[in-house]
Amino acid sequence: MLLEVAGLRKSFGSIVVADDLDLVVAPGEAVGIIGPNGAGKTTLFNLIAGGLMPTAGAIRFDGRDLLGVAPPARCRAGIGRTHQIPQPFEKLTVFENLLVGAVYGRQKSEREVAQSCGEILERLGLLRRANVLAGSLTLLERKRLEMARALATTPRLLLLDEIAGGLTEGECLELVATIRGIRQTGVAILWIEHVVHALLAVIDRLVVLNFGRKIAEGVPKEVMQRPDVHQIYIGIEA
Amino acid sequence: MTGWLDALIQGVLLGGLYALFAAGLSLMFGVMRLVNLAHGDLIVLAAFAILVVATKLGLDPFVAVLLAIPILFVIGFALQHVLLNRTLGRDLLPPLLVTFGLSIIIQNGLLQTFSADSQRLRSGAIETASIPLGGGIAVGVVPLLTLLSAIAVIVLLNFIFYRTPIGRAFRATSDDLEVAQLMGVDHRRIFAIAMGLAFAVIAIAALYLGLRANFDPTIGPARLLYAFEAVIIGGLGSFWGTLAGGIVLGLAQTIGARIDPEWQILAGHLAFLAVLVVRPRGLFPRAQD
Repeated sequence: MLLEVAGLRKSFGSIVVADDLDLVVAPGEAVGIIGPNGAGKTTLFNLIAGGLMPTAGAIRFDGRDLLGVAPPARCRAGIGRTHQIPQPFEKLTVFENLLVGAVYGRQKSEREVAQSCGEILERLGLLRRANVLAGSLTLLERKRLEMARALATTPRLLLLDEIAGGLTEGECLELVATIRGIRQTGVAILWIEHVVHALLAVIDRLVVLNFGRKIAEGVPKEVMQRPDVHQIYIGIEA
Repeated sequence: MTGWLDALIQGVLLGGLYALFAAGLSLMFGVMRLVNLAHGDLIVLAAFAILVVATKLGLDPFVAVLLAIPILFVIGFALQHVLLNRTLGRDLLPPLLVTFGLSIIIQNGLLQTFSADSQRLRSGAIETASIPLGGGIAVGVVPLLTLLSAIAVIVLLNFIFYRTPIGRAFRATSDDLEVAQLMGVDHRRIFAIAMGLAFAVIAIAALYLGLRANFDPTIGPARLLYAFEAVIIGGLGSFWGTLAGGIVLGLAQTIGARIDPEWQILAGHLAFLAVLVVRPRGLFPRAQD
């Protein structure tokens, strides 16, 4: 298994945001996560990427225990993440944003990574925006940059946090095509999304979280049919 | 007329010294949002370091500073890694308190070691050499070198910040610390390198401090004030702004002194206040901060 989360628990005082959570992602697999707001989805990503320390439980990546491993080292180990609200380095150009990830995330020299950064930009349709400041990008471009920058670190697992939110239908379709393309390069994907149809177009397996607990898991279409999931799903769409 | 022109030229040259004082401060604030209250004392400490290297090894201060730069880089790196990184966080107070404490420790440590006697870096004839510009105006070689060094330091810092991978990491961490870490950037190491770099700049500032005037362990805080004023006049986050801020301060002081010798220091502070009133974000603020 690429990612193994076992018995993960996180609480802030009496508020439990991850409750005895188990989750695995195989190499190259695409797993989706849905759940209402406050279900602990983003917290889970923060625990995996290292921004938060779990109260209990274990996270292993590629067989290596991540307890006590700082975020930069997790990035270098192959975990890339994007944020729900894109957080580009606004005062750096688009290309520089990627260079930071590529040089420090891969521990390579600028010369070695420049070409692959250009290719990633081309793949994500950002090449003609390469030399503008990231702060001047539109929302869709920011979302693309968020992914491009994560890809520049050559992750083996990509954590996507509500990347499709706030996009038009057409933009959403483009995004789905892009994410499929990323999958084809062998990168495993763990994707939190409220836009369920976009999610279902990509993933192999669906996990449903509610109040920090996993309440369902399995083949996406079947999971969506379950009455308890259906109820939450209605809640999300409303 | 000549007197005023002379005051202007000397003011610009003095501004070079203040820009050197301020460049290190500007760098620390720009990368790690660290307000270093020990900055002036660190410059004095570096001046003593150059003095010791120069006298023990019988070297000219210009050579001694070349030895002092790598030593101070290492000291700065270690200081940030071991001490100052622990103070940085959402709360602005801990770094202020710790650097304030450092300031007191450095001053008293220097007093204990070197006594309160005034010291000076000696470099022979160059100290008093000057280049006549005609019309009764001459510029001192050391003041001229000060300004040229300040410009060189600013050019080099800009090059590092905007043209190298480490510079991009400086800008990325200052832009968004948490995301930079997710990109594989170890901010503690980046900050330590930035501090090492700031200490190298401090060494150069200390060279000219010691060549141009007497120094003793207690003059640090006043240099800190000039450095702060230069940084804020210029606008936070811009190295060229810091140079401009230093020159504004130097000009104000020499013009003030030209009107009345007692007005030198006051005129500098008044210029600072005037800039704050007219342009609260400084002359050349970074687009968004």
